[in-house]
Amino acid sequence: MPEWRRALAAALIGGVSACIFTVIWGILLLFAGIEPILIPLQGAFISGMLTGVFSEIKSLGEAKSFFISIGLGSILFLFLNDFSPWNINLEKQALAAGLGTLWVILITVWSTRKVLAGIKLEGLDRDEIERLTIRIFQGMGLLFFIIIVAFPFIYMVITSLKSQMALLTNPTDLSISFESGMGGLIKSYQEVWTTFQFQRYIWISTVVSVGTVGITLSLSILGAYSVTRLRFPGRVWLSRSILIIYMFPAIVLVIPLYSIFSQLQLRNSLLGLFIVYPATTLPVALYMLKGFFSTLPAELEEAGRIDGCSRLGVIWRITLPLSLPAIASVALYVFMIAWNEFLFAFMFLDDPEIFTLSRGMVSLNSSEVPRQYLMAGAVMVTVPVMVLFFWFEKYLVSGLSAGAVKG
Amino acid sequence: MPRSPLARKEAGLAYALLLPALAVVLSIVLLPVLANFWISFKAVELSDLRPPKPIVKLQLRQWPKNHGDPLVIRYSLRNSSQKLPVNNILSRQKLPAGMLVQELDSRCVFSNNELRCEFDHWPAGYREKIQNVFITDDTFTTSKKTFKQSNIEISGEAENILTSFQFTLKNYIKIFTNPEFFFVLKTTFLYTLLGTLGSLFLGLFAAQLLNQHFAGRGFLRGLFLFPYVSPVIAVAFTWVLLLDPFSGTLNTMLVKTGFLSEPLNLFGQRSVMLNLFGFEVQFPLALSTVIAFESWRYFPLAFLFILARLQSIPNELYEAAKMDGASPMQQFRFITLPQITGILSVMFLLRFIWTFNKFDDIFLLTGGNAGTRTLTVDVYEQGFALADLGAGSAVAVIIFALLSLFMILYFRFLPQGEEESNA
Repeated sequence: MPEWRRALAAALIGGVSACIFTVIWGILLLFAGIEPILIPLQGAFISGMLTGVFSEIKSLGEAKSFFISIGLGSILFLFLNDFSPWNINLEKQALAAGLGTLWVILITVWSTRKVLAGIKLEGLDRDEIERLTIRIFQGMGLLFFIIIVAFPFIYMVITSLKSQMALLTNPTDLSISFESGMGGLIKSYQEVWTTFQFQRYIWISTVVSVGTVGITLSLSILGAYSVTRLRFPGRVWLSRSILIIYMFPAIVLVIPLYSIFSQLQLRNSLLGLFIVYPATTLPVALYMLKGFFSTLPAELEEAGRIDGCSRLGVIWRITLPLSLPAIASVALYVFMIAWNEFLFAFMFLDDPEIFTLSRGMVSLNSSEVPRQYLMAGAVMVTVPVMVLFFWFEKYLVSGLSAGAVKG
Repeated sequence: MPRSPLARKEAGLAYALLLPALAVVLSIVLLPVLANFWISFKAVELSDLRPPKPIVKLQLRQWPKNHGDPLVIRYSLRNSSQKLPVNNILSRQKLPAGMLVQELDSRCVFSNNELRCEFDHWPAGYREKIQNVFITDDTFTTSKKTFKQSNIEISGEAENILTSFQFTLKNYIKIFTNPEFFFVLKTTFLYTLLGTLGSLFLGLFAAQLLNQHFAGRGFLRGLFLFPYVSPVIAVAFTWVLLLDPFSGTLNTMLVKTGFLSEPLNLFGQRSVMLNLFGFEVQFPLALSTVIAFESWRYFPLAFLFILARLQSIPNELYEAAKMDGASPMQQFRFITLPQITGILSVMFLLRFIWTFNKFDDIFLLTGGNAGTRTLTVDVYEQGFALADLGAGSAVAVIIFALLSLFMILYFRFLPQGEEESNA
């Protein structure tokens, strides 16, 4: 028998983890279209406790105690849940119930052993108790974060693939139905793409974002070089103002820009966005590039100057090639801001012919438009950013870190 | 101080390189900020953005059946603005051949088939009807329909309310005498403070979790950035659908499992009564949900920064502490925490400022209803929903003033050198 303190700890860990994973399996069953009952969890808790204790009986040998705890735990789990865990009919959905039981017990054994590994608990050692607590928190924390981060995105995709009927009849059914074939599955995407003109908006958003990146980069490279490398009166003051300006909220600019642009006929035109987006992203870009340029050794540029390069030549031939990674970061960051921008697009664009994706999404948010269309739109807005993100994660992460002052 | 020609040349180049960027930022960021102050002292409404215009409409009172019959035209004149006058109005209308004047308004002249009418001054809200009577002869062949469509050119000089020099304190009085405003202020601070703390806390927790080596760590790091990287419009609508009281998955799930007896309208209900140890407490429901969203969406940023800082703490410190018998909690308390207070305080100030500035999230989640209206949403509410641009600008000025205060604090408390090393 394991030492009583250790047994107690194993029981507690086993019980809690069995409960947690029973609930998680229940949620997973929703994705399979099975309606589980999650509560009561007493059965899971008691069988988890005993499984935890069995798995720690090391006198039988590692492998033996493993198989015994799995076997006994599974039987107990089934027995305590009246042989219909999650209220599943064993005859009809034996696979879901059986797999679930096995999964819950396996993971209970695994997590109990993982948490207790290297901890003896022979006395009340502060170090060991803290390590134990930290491990439990870590395990639960990781689960917590994975669920809260991933679930909304999974929900977004699944909702976009469902039919209006299915959504209204049972909101907890998260399964995807293949009954109406591929066409039925992606119907909302087709609708949003054609009827709601997202094929057009995605193109407009791309042009606006790429254009913003181009304008912002070309202006900010010159400006940032000037602030870091050249000496002129007002330089320190200017560097600091850049930081201040880019904390100005867009909402403070909206009323004056709306008024001025209305009178200049710039409102309701993409030209207006091409002016506003670079202006609002320039301070961030300047700030980020300034930070990067100042890490480059000035000697390289001086050498270039001595060899007869002009200032602009130095920027073009030496500074730019050396700072390509930083420029990529800035470009991605600016692209992301422009692509995700909502406020100005919402305030400035009235004509459905020139909507950006963000603006187009607003017209999907109406009681007359089915909700799966809204989610299909959301997926379409999100996917390009995600693709870029995974492709250039390294650059984007360094961009985020450098420009994070912007919210 | 005399400066060398070389230094002057360098400064010249510097200004030339900076000019385009500065010009854009000055005209689109700084100028509007100033304009905002200007507008906040004016009585401007959304409809005033169209400048006052003289408007004339033609009405045929009598159409000649035979040659020699009178043709009576009535002109309805109107100043489009209810606030500003229009001056030196001139209207010109080309009339078809075969019309002779019989009776003309004293301000009109008819020559070369052109009717010219001049007016000195139309006050705000001015309306008048004038009538001109003509006699037609046999060269008059125009049909009634074409005549009705004949073009009248009218022009006038009007002050633009945006550029006039009339100021008022009405907007500020309106804002400050509205009891709702102090509620908005309170909501803003609650939202800002708790949203910031929430995202920092989650970020710190997540960074601690990922500050160790295990399989899948790189993937999780990428995953944890999702909420921040994806477009706000997509994630906000997803939350709204997910938490919907009638057809949302979360509510249905909680009701089915018995946690809730009836669904909670998480974004639409101002508050719920909670029974805490026998005390009835009003719990602001929608505001809490919005704060939860804010924490969820921005924790990745704090996570990224704190993780970077954690990874730069030399391992020797922990090894030395272990040798001295420090428990994990003690190691956290005495090594990790002091090492990350710098980044935590910078993140706090920055996140505080940015949460304070945030508009999109609340606007998309609740539209500022159910007790979630912050100052930024109030700008929109006053300026566009209620169409009072002046009042909206006044709120924006208040935002700007508070923001300046935070920025002074930021620069005061910024650890020395942090500003440079941050980038």
